[in-house]
Amino acid sequence: MTSMPKPFIDKHLPKNKLGLTVRNYEGSMSTLCAGCGHDSVTAALVQAFWELSLAPESAAKVSGIGCSSKTTAYFMGQSHGINCVHGRMPSVATGANAVNGDLHYIGISGDGDSLSIGFGQFAHAIRRNLNMLYILENNGVYGLTKGQFSAAADIGSTTKKGVPNEQTPIDPCIQALTLGAGFVARAFSGDKSQLVPLVKAALMHKGFALIDVISPCVTFNDHAGSTKSYAHTYKYYHPLVHTDFVAHAEEITGEYADDGAMRVTLHDGGELRLRKTDTDYDPRDKAQAIETLMMNGGDGEIRTGLLYLNEDMPDMHAANKLPQKPLNQLPYEALNPGKAALASLQKRYR
Amino acid sequence: MKDLVETASEVRVNDFVLKIANVNGTGSASANGLLMKAIFRMGVPVVGKNLFPSNIQGLPTWYEIRLTKDAYMARSGTAEFMVAMNAETYKQDLAEVSPGGFLLYDSTWPRPDLHTREDVTAIGVPLARMCNEAFENARTRVLMKNMAYVGAVAGLTGLDVEVIKELVTEMFGTKEHLITANMKAINIGLDYVREHFPDPLPLKVERMDATAGHIMIDGNTAAALGCVYAGATFGAWYPITPSTSLMDGFKSFCEKFRVDKETGEKNFCIVQGEDELASVGMAIGAGWNGARAFTPTSGPGISLMSEFIGFAYYGEVPVVLFDVQRAGPSTGLPTRTQQCDLTLAAYASHGDTKHILVFPANPKECFEMAVQSFDLAERFQTPVFFMTDLDIGMNDWMVPEFEWDDSYQPDRGKLLNKDELEAIEKFYRYEDKDGDGITYRTLPGVHPKGAYFTRGSGHNWKGGYTEDADEYKEVVDRLVRKWKSAADAVPGPVVRRCDAPASRAIISVGGCDGAVIEAMDQLAAKGVNLNYLRVRGFPFNTEVEAFIAEHDEVFVVEQNRDAQLRTLLVNETDAPKDKLVPVLDYAGMAANPKFIVEGITAYLDTLGDAA
Repeated sequence: MTSMPKPFIDKHLPKNKLGLTVRNYEGSMSTLCAGCGHDSVTAALVQAFWELSLAPESAAKVSGIGCSSKTTAYFMGQSHGINCVHGRMPSVATGANAVNGDLHYIGISGDGDSLSIGFGQFAHAIRRNLNMLYILENNGVYGLTKGQFSAAADIGSTTKKGVPNEQTPIDPCIQALTLGAGFVARAFSGDKSQLVPLVKAALMHKGFALIDVISPCVTFNDHAGSTKSYAHTYKYYHPLVHTDFVAHAEEITGEYADDGAMRVTLHDGGELRLRKTDTDYDPRDKAQAIETLMMNGGDGEIRTGLLYLNEDMPDMHAANKLPQKPLNQLPYEALNPGKAALASLQKRYR
Repeated sequence: MKDLVETASEVRVNDFVLKIANVNGTGSASANGLLMKAIFRMGVPVVGKNLFPSNIQGLPTWYEIRLTKDAYMARSGTAEFMVAMNAETYKQDLAEVSPGGFLLYDSTWPRPDLHTREDVTAIGVPLARMCNEAFENARTRVLMKNMAYVGAVAGLTGLDVEVIKELVTEMFGTKEHLITANMKAINIGLDYVREHFPDPLPLKVERMDATAGHIMIDGNTAAALGCVYAGATFGAWYPITPSTSLMDGFKSFCEKFRVDKETGEKNFCIVQGEDELASVGMAIGAGWNGARAFTPTSGPGISLMSEFIGFAYYGEVPVVLFDVQRAGPSTGLPTRTQQCDLTLAAYASHGDTKHILVFPANPKECFEMAVQSFDLAERFQTPVFFMTDLDIGMNDWMVPEFEWDDSYQPDRGKLLNKDELEAIEKFYRYEDKDGDGITYRTLPGVHPKGAYFTRGSGHNWKGGYTEDADEYKEVVDRLVRKWKSAADAVPGPVVRRCDAPASRAIISVGGCDGAVIEAMDQLAAKGVNLNYLRVRGFPFNTEVEAFIAEHDEVFVVEQNRDAQLRTLLVNETDAPKDKLVPVLDYAGMAANPKFIVEGITAYLDTLGDAA
């Protein structure tokens, strides 16, 4: 088979500030299973990019290998994309980002891609505070190879045939917190109203922004014994912090007045409004965030929302003192020391 | 003193090897470098080889300095003058001295065992005792002992102390107390030998004028400088011997040339990856995004990078990999040299893959070919392997000064800009518009029309995913056509013909060059005339095949066990296998002419027997 473009009909659809409809932000037809959580994530991404009026060419999509990594083909067909090797998306994103920080880097990965084969790269991209949106579509299994456990599978969660997982799961949010991520969120593919503002906020965050999205695998991990099924996630889903993203231009005063929301201005534009559903939770307190996530195993609740935010950490560009003008746009004359400098330099080797 | 005169054979002026045996981590490198540089400054051609262990402190290390009035470029493999500073290797060091040679040792402690060879003169200088008396602190005493033997060697061979002083002054700049201390140590050694051995040795250093217009530089530094001149802005790496100094060099040149003095902004980015997989991934990401990007590594790194290399090949992403080869397999001998990654690099990664390789032979070519590598990578939109080795990369070589043409502009290949994209109706990434196998490329962020999806999975000429047999084959067939077309774009071979007609020839590669040329002279003296072609690029230039065809027999000289260059020649040319005779050296040492002369002579002898 070959990839299929989507039929393009966008009459009567509303347009954003660039005059584009949501159809302009779509990609080719998804080849994932009907009902796959990843397709809902794709739809949320399309919605978020359209709402932000992001120029398609200002985004670069990066991914590795797996069901999740295929989804970069299913949105923003007018943006460059690179679907590299298994677990190595963060390194490609690092190199691409280093030489042009003006683009929005959207990395899509999965629990196998990020937490097993690519665990090292996931960790080090966070340590470098790469300015990117990193979506981890987390379903607890390997789908393309037919249902083996991933490193995100909970203890006791079973395969379709009833075999339980006995190994400790890796929680990407806890890992990201300990590794120094400044934006750590968890979401559920079944709740677009939560996911869309999180995506927008993450794109505007200057630094590494992780959204771990529980995204059920309908074919291999959506049964009664699974802790990553739709039914289980709906039952234990616990939004901890409600996030709204308001672009400065579209600010409507009054609507959120006196709601007790925490307001955060983001470096790349826009404002975040965080409303806590649990009054004791402080998304600025990293230790509390880690403790809260570790308790998930205790009461079984899946805490979601923007769990931690620190927008004041220098990103990779700042840490490396990279120039305002992207490296890939510097004229050769600015890079080449020239003949006279070479002659002078060589004196030290005589 | 009587001993010296009696055992001395012929007088050798600017034609002997000074070998210094040290203990790793005692600071001997700067003393040895000083000796070599001083000889070079006196206008005498030198070849320097550092033989060091994979160790930080304690194991034996040797430094060879060959004075070669005839300006040969290889080791000779002999040692006429041994400076034995490592008690652990005394026995071995003594055994290695050429008959009629000399051995200098620290006579602070009696060493009767060093006087056991009648054909070698042992010269005792109480270096430790004198330095202990002259210097306070323990570390200083150890360091200064090195400088004291520099002085002793100078006194014995006629090496000009003024030249040494000039170098010491340059080395320490404004640190007057260090200049004073080092000169004090040098004079301690010098004065002692002048007093006790007033007649100089028959091994003499005399001023010549054969190093003008030359520099002493290592290949890694030269390649790093090439990266700067090529306009590379991104480098990612994971530390590995013997490639580390390449990135160290790039960093230091960039800090000199690429930092904005007012803002402190850096027009380059270096990332130390978490491993080689990440490092090549970063370089590929940067190359995909339009920067000239590279990663320096060695064989084990190439093994780790292999999956990504196939991705860049199939996705057609430019990137330059510097493979500073060391002896394998596995961890192998990390501080010994070999040319053992030739077949690995030529076909790196799973599936059908073929790559472009360049083979520099010395630091000057490292500088030039580094620039060419980036041009090739962008022109052919593919990984390019720069195949150097530990000997070229880490030893200081005497080479002609580097030249630069200010009219040079990087070859960015078929890269569409915004206006060009605006003007075309539809862009397809892998459409072979010009019929030359090279398709047009776009960069992210330039124009929505230029958007395409780079993938390592099956794709068609439009860049779309495919599992269709014909669509798949169309792309992979184009890739091999593209690769073949690089044969005449890679650096061409260098041919050296002997004066007499020759039916036999040598083909070699990289750092064997100096040894081959010297071996040809030695063989010619025995009446064996050979022509010589040095391969500098892969796929092989058409001239390589023609050269093989022209000769009855071709000796393929290289530094690995499995005759890898020969394998590539058999694979990629129509040359009959039997015609290519392997001459191999894979002990890990920098090449010397001996194995070539012996290998070829032995082969010719067997022919003689058979005839």
